[in-house]
Amino acid sequence: MPTLTLIQAVNDGLKVSMRQDESVLVFGEDVGPKGGVFLATEGLTAEFGKARCFDTPLSEDGIIGTAIGMAANGLRPVCEIQFQDFIFPAFDQIVSEAAKLRYRSGGQYTAPMVIRTPYGGGIRGGLYHSQSGEAYFAHTAGLKVVIPSTAYDAKGLLLAAIEDPDPVLFMEPKALYRHEKGEVPEGHYTVDLSTLRTVREGDNVTVFCYGSMVPVVEKAAAKAAEQGIQCEVVDLRTLLPLDEQGVLDAARKTGRCVIVHEAPRFCGYGAEISAMIAENIIEYMEAPVRRVTGFDTPFPNTLEHHYLPDERRVLDAIEEVARY
Amino acid sequence: MQIETAPEPFSVIGANGDVGGHKVTLSDEELIQCYRTMLTVRAFDDVCMKLQRSGRIGFSVPNKGVEACQVGAASALRQSDFFFPSYRDFGMALYHGVHPVEMMHNMFGNNLDAARGRQMPVHFSFTDPIKYFSISSPIGTHLPQAVGAAYAHQMRGEDNVTLASFGDGGTSSLGFHSALNFAGVWKSPVIFLCQNNGWAISCPSDEQTASDGFAIKGAAYGVPGVTVDGNDVLAMHQAVSEAADRARRGEGPTLIEAVTYRMGGHSTSDDPSKYVPKETLEEWAEKDPVKRFREFLTVRGMWTEELESEWSAAAYEQVNSGAKEAESTEGPRLETIFSDVYAELPQHLRRQGEAAFDLAKRKGDADAGGGAFPL
Repeated sequence: MPTLTLIQAVNDGLKVSMRQDESVLVFGEDVGPKGGVFLATEGLTAEFGKARCFDTPLSEDGIIGTAIGMAANGLRPVCEIQFQDFIFPAFDQIVSEAAKLRYRSGGQYTAPMVIRTPYGGGIRGGLYHSQSGEAYFAHTAGLKVVIPSTAYDAKGLLLAAIEDPDPVLFMEPKALYRHEKGEVPEGHYTVDLSTLRTVREGDNVTVFCYGSMVPVVEKAAAKAAEQGIQCEVVDLRTLLPLDEQGVLDAARKTGRCVIVHEAPRFCGYGAEISAMIAENIIEYMEAPVRRVTGFDTPFPNTLEHHYLPDERRVLDAIEEVARY
Repeated sequence: MQIETAPEPFSVIGANGDVGGHKVTLSDEELIQCYRTMLTVRAFDDVCMKLQRSGRIGFSVPNKGVEACQVGAASALRQSDFFFPSYRDFGMALYHGVHPVEMMHNMFGNNLDAARGRQMPVHFSFTDPIKYFSISSPIGTHLPQAVGAAYAHQMRGEDNVTLASFGDGGTSSLGFHSALNFAGVWKSPVIFLCQNNGWAISCPSDEQTASDGFAIKGAAYGVPGVTVDGNDVLAMHQAVSEAADRARRGEGPTLIEAVTYRMGGHSTSDDPSKYVPKETLEEWAEKDPVKRFREFLTVRGMWTEELESEWSAAAYEQVNSGAKEAESTEGPRLETIFSDVYAELPQHLRRQGEAAFDLAKRKGDADAGGGAFPL
């Protein structure tokens, strides 16, 4: 089985999908002959032609607006927003159009499409190449929000997203694009959406995370184990619709929970997990839920390593919750 | 650079119904279909206004004055073409055979409405006999979608065209810019129909843009723009036919500005007497599109008082019986709040639904209250 980086797995997933389904097409800014700024779409125009992988004008509203029309008319568009920070001109198209089309037409018109976009920090991208906006989108009925953290999941979840009948925002942790490597099967396979991945099993503290934070949490969990604290590490993978039962089961297992994301804390995704635990299984809890997140500030450039949750901060929270 | 002034709108029907040297390409049957559709739009407006005023439906939008734009455009297109309409375009659906009762199901938001009452009235969605894309309230968002739908036609090698219809206010939206820009680059088989009816709710078109008309806006995108008399069914038919031919030949999009006038309010909740000058209304009443078309049909010997009574009675009968049927159709069930969000019901919606059903069982239904739409 070949070993691929996360971005190579995305590229492979796109190729597999385009080979088996002629209605799949890929477009966005610089995704054509250049192959995308991160090279996720490298080689697609050469293999599939300009009609199926092409550059668009510099307009996120246009990219996602046209994708909706394509999807409503029988195609399976996979469009790219170059950085998630640039997605907001298309917020209206995603939130009010793609996500609501099935509902408002009683299923007469639907938008089976994928919006791929790199998100998160760690590349010295400053305010506008580093944001994690998942909470804005996870608040939207009708949309699916998926974030892989491994090469295997990146390909399998991407193929599942492309084949899904509903619009999917596929957020790729750009910090892991080349750092995350793993064995990836050749050809077609899928990873079911709305399923969790247990990264590591443990009985003392449950840590929920996703995307770029997964390897950070894994390192912290390994350090915690040295002190005798065994962590159950859960990669949420699909933020919407979430496998709620899986989350509650994992939380109940230890009664001590930490939630980690690099997005800001206030109204962040972790707040929902925390509320879900409080509302449903508070009687099983042995300690207050702790969140380790980015700060409620814009994303800084030079000091990004202080902004991003690191092994230090995650370990500190695990220790505190374990001791409580 | 010399700025061109907007040309006089292209017209076919002249004074007293005379078409001069213009050739009429619609068959007699189609001409009557156009006229009867306009009468049905008027009947629908009239009945809906009364239904709204008597509190039986919540909202409607009047079409008086702009019927020729809708019907003339629809008559130039095939049923296999894709319509991306605005909320003031349902004459297009009627022309192609959507029955008023289907529209009334939406006006009453009942269980036979395509959207199961999830949308406000006048937010239609049809797939049969034409693809009439589900209406969205935000302005201009459907324009890039129309370009995307056209791309699917191009990619499959079909010669269908897409009609994107919007008002003068819509040209200020982000979607207008994105759509014209993409369509110009992609040579999309799209017809952009801008119905300049003078008003975006209460904002007059000369406060919407400083450009000399709307057709000229196409030039910067490499999209030819034409200005048409929007109160003239035959001029509209010809302009849209030519744009459709261009699109089918692979020559790309056209922007059509149809100059017309909204004779009623923006909606049943609007009072246009606060801002529409009376003199302007009187001036445009003289150019009434139904009257204009009637004069043409009279000259051709296709219109009589007796036919008018028969056609009008038939239109009212269809609309009234549709309203009656829709009003007596049961409302959407509680589970329709949760269905059609996704293709499959996810865990959290199943839980929320079950909790809502349980509450309704224990405490009875929620009070529908007396909501009134303010706009």
